[in-house]
Amino acid sequence: MNIDSITLLNWARGSGFEWALAIFIFGTLYRVLTLLMLGRKRNLAPAKSAETSAGVRTVFRRFAPAKGLFSKAPLLHIAGITFHLGFFLILFFYTPHIEALKTVLGFSWPALPNSVITATTVVTMIAMITLLIYRITDPVRRFISDGHDYFIWVISFLPLLTGYLAFNHALLPYTLMLALHILSVELLMVLLPFTRLGHFIAIFFARFYSGSDIGRKGVSS
Amino acid sequence: MSKQYTLMDHLQGQGITRRGFLKFCSITATMLALPPSLIPQIAKALESAKRPSVIWLSFQECTGCTESITRSHAPTIESLIFDFISLDYHHTLQAASGHAAEAAREQAMKDNEDQYILVVDGSIPTGNPGFSTIAGIDNKQMLIDTAKHAAAIVAVGTCATYGGLPHADPNPTNAVAVSDIIKDKPIINVPGCPPIPIVMTGVLAHFLTFGTIPDLDDLGRPKMFYGNSIHDRCYRRPFYEKGLFAETFDDEGAKAGWCLFKLGCKGPTTYNACATAKWNEGTSFPIEAGAPCIGCSQPDFWDNGGFYNALSQPTISIGETAAAAIAAGAVASVAASAIHKSAKAKAAKKHHTVTTDDME
Repeated sequence: MNIDSITLLNWARGSGFEWALAIFIFGTLYRVLTLLMLGRKRNLAPAKSAETSAGVRTVFRRFAPAKGLFSKAPLLHIAGITFHLGFFLILFFYTPHIEALKTVLGFSWPALPNSVITATTVVTMIAMITLLIYRITDPVRRFISDGHDYFIWVISFLPLLTGYLAFNHALLPYTLMLALHILSVELLMVLLPFTRLGHFIAIFFARFYSGSDIGRKGVSS
Repeated sequence: MSKQYTLMDHLQGQGITRRGFLKFCSITATMLALPPSLIPQIAKALESAKRPSVIWLSFQECTGCTESITRSHAPTIESLIFDFISLDYHHTLQAASGHAAEAAREQAMKDNEDQYILVVDGSIPTGNPGFSTIAGIDNKQMLIDTAKHAAAIVAVGTCATYGGLPHADPNPTNAVAVSDIIKDKPIINVPGCPPIPIVMTGVLAHFLTFGTIPDLDDLGRPKMFYGNSIHDRCYRRPFYEKGLFAETFDDEGAKAGWCLFKLGCKGPTTYNACATAKWNEGTSFPIEAGAPCIGCSQPDFWDNGGFYNALSQPTISIGETAAAAIAAGAVASVAASAIHKSAKAKAAKKHHTVTTDDME
């Protein structure tokens, strides 16, 4: 009997997922705990205002672009926000994804219609391609980019592309495409904590740190 | 058995007119997805087709495949074809038993050397020859002996094609498919648990008409019947597209006939003709009856993570894995921090305060 695409799919849904999840949990926890255990030097100066509330405020406030920066690079902001929001919607509000997350988390929530998710996927991929073109064509961006940046673009783009193709039964037989889609997500899960994509969790600590630090000094964050 | 006895003779003997025969040829052409222009050729081929000898071997199986095929309702194509072929050995259906039955098989093999069609249902145990024997002959040996002079082999049912239920984890008999043992003969896989009668007879009709095996996919299945997924042809597909799913077997969605994806339907990854040919004389098929497709025509369908779990759900329980990963993450980070702190302390220890006196 041939090793066929259903065998690959079963591996992706079974052992593959188990390993990916274990590495993802391990990596994320390791990164967060080592970050927290680095500690902060005790600040002996009296605080001018509450630092914790300033930190929490900054975590949320920085979802919106900083004043003045948006008009300097509108395309970068629009494409960046679209990509992040799109990725979030697709990941958490597509029916089969909710079914998968239900297995891990034990609870579920309402989904968005498939047509909305399909359209969001197209828009998100366009946003990602726009960001890639911007990165390559803009001299400053190109200068500060290295192989790592292009690599994480690829591993972030693959789940969107394979998911879109699988949903539309395009290019390859559905079973194989679904297996590749799940494998691409597992690759992302494995690498997420150990690459610059680690910002998915680290950004909240970084924002809190900056916000509480300047808040303590009495600067409005 | 008269070797010159043709299908036309047989049909005339049953009182079927030429008009009826041509109608049968049209249906055959439709079933085989052939253009109408080929109907005269089919008629010509079938008119002069000799009565083929069929030897049917049953190994580790439940007889469901035979049950399915014998349930084809007269006078359908299935019954015509099955009346027409010379089923020389089938130990469930034949009157003879024991040595007399085996003698019939050996006689048919001798009389029709390199001409007979070998049909196999059931998987073959390779763990111990004694797991399954017929008249003292173990399944593997009987398959090898009978396949040797067969014109073609038709593996019927998921057990014969991919190992099926006996092959399911932990596979105590080390069961394998026909194609795992026989490598030098054309094998047509007709999987399903059981296969649809018309699919089985369609394959035989193709062989009778053209004397060749039909186009097969990468799993050895005739493309004309296994070319589309259940999902592609499912009448509930629009509900999938709209995102309307039955959540339980008796909710409003289930009553309204919404998509069964969340109830574990394997239609998107299953290739078979259920949604088009249907069952019980075209009455319905599992999804139409409100049951999700269990993917029975695919390899290892018993081990695909549960019949009632959605296709996107992981097939493993994650509790222990997650707990182990959390524990490992915590331990690793504490260890890493201890190393950081010790490095920091060492660096601080080595640090000498430089004063202006030292610079003099």
